[in-house]
Amino acid sequence: MSSVRNLRCKECRTGYELGASYFCEQCFGPLEVTYDYSGLDPEATRRRIQAGSAGIWRYSDFLPFEGKVGDPLEPGMTPLIRADRLAERLGTEAEVWIKNDAANPTHSFKDRVVAVAIAKARELGYETVACASTGNLANAVAAHAAAAGLESFVFVPSDLEEQKLLATDIYGTNLVGVRGNYDDVNRLCTQLADERPWAFVNVNLRPYYAEGSKTLAYEVAEQLGWRLPDRVVSPIASGSLFTKIARGFEEWLEVGLVEGELPKFNGAQAEGCSPVATAFADGSNVCRPQKPKTIAKSLAIGDPADGPYAVDQARRTGGGIDSVSDGQIREGIRLLAETTGIFTETAGGVTVGVLKKLAERGDLVAGERVVVYITGEGLKTLDANRDNFDLTEIDPDPASFQSCFGQEIAV
Amino acid sequence: MSVTVKIPTQLRAATGGSAELRADGGTVGEVLDAVFAEHGALRERITQDGELRRFVNVYVAGDDIRFGDGMDTVVSDGAEVTILPAVAGG
Repeated sequence: MSSVRNLRCKECRTGYELGASYFCEQCFGPLEVTYDYSGLDPEATRRRIQAGSAGIWRYSDFLPFEGKVGDPLEPGMTPLIRADRLAERLGTEAEVWIKNDAANPTHSFKDRVVAVAIAKARELGYETVACASTGNLANAVAAHAAAAGLESFVFVPSDLEEQKLLATDIYGTNLVGVRGNYDDVNRLCTQLADERPWAFVNVNLRPYYAEGSKTLAYEVAEQLGWRLPDRVVSPIASGSLFTKIARGFEEWLEVGLVEGELPKFNGAQAEGCSPVATAFADGSNVCRPQKPKTIAKSLAIGDPADGPYAVDQARRTGGGIDSVSDGQIREGIRLLAETTGIFTETAGGVTVGVLKKLAERGDLVAGERVVVYITGEGLKTLDANRDNFDLTEIDPDPASFQSCFGQEIAV
Repeated sequence: MSVTVKIPTQLRAATGGSAELRADGGTVGEVLDAVFAEHGALRERITQDGELRRFVNVYVAGDDIRFGDGMDTVVSDGAEVTILPAVAGG
């Protein structure tokens, strides 16, 4: 029997049926899926998970569907890697782990949320799916729609990284470049969602879409041997990922699949778009909107829908929200690559940059287990490193190599 | 000043089904007051203690009024004021 119950307003608690609704008609608050887990026995649930599929659908007990679901591109169960050399470079005695979610079908965590949203779109009978995207979501919606045989419309800011445009259009979607920033794209899609019979994954299907991010919590707990990390460092754009990772851990605590308490949550933003970090620093939870100006385009949401909840969560767990400059973002990308072999996009540079800031400030405790969420792939934001690499050009003969590198010749 | 106010589907029960309203006012606050005078049920849905609820966005000619002067943002004759939920995206 399914645990999913209804949609409920996070603000005024008004309940709604499980349809394509996303905001409360009474107070405009965001709607969220509710569950009743009282029927879940922890041991039986654990066995069901372990016997389940290899990706996110192994956690079906915690996803918003009545029956059995799946998808052709099943994302999830991405590597969780112990990063001792990164910890050493940072001079911290904390135990640092990297959740490399670039290892998904379209190379970002967005495959998780889109797989859930598109499964819901099909269940509700939609034939066309759409999204407002900063790039990674565009890739994922176009790919998953292609895999499911659905028509798709993908709306992005027209000045997006070329790699993200190419890696979207290839799937045969209708790629629409909007002259404006992400918040303009989002406003347009909110208006279009009101007029067209389409499933906008992050507008009218947003309550379901957001649920996909919980699987990032479940996997980490399972990969750590059914234990919780002590601290989480995660990027914040809208704040949905950040808050849903916490929700995932809370649910498993409630069901009894893990013990202990919620990790400390540290959020990461780019200085050039830091409405949530600014609210945190000001002791407020009102996120004043900003006009983004940063190389971390995938985090460039100036008006974050879940901003207030992200701020509350950082405070409640004893974490924080920090921001880093474009220079620190580039440095973070390189630091992660050099110490772990993982090449991340600018959002990952933001996250690693904030991890470094925490280490330098002495916020990381010796022995604590820190999980750093790397949400996207470096090959999608090559421009960020365009002027940031060394190439030694030589003639094709050993003497030329010798003159440049001067190494001893091995015998 | 006469402006057009666009109402999302979910609020149209409070406007007798209208998607667009005409209202007079020189600022967003005045325009909304004029709208509320005609359609009283909208006031509580959109505002709380005289301020916009935190998940309501209002745009004048496509610009978020929080980048302007909030409720005091000036609206010109014929402008379009759009009310939208703020909980999309990401």
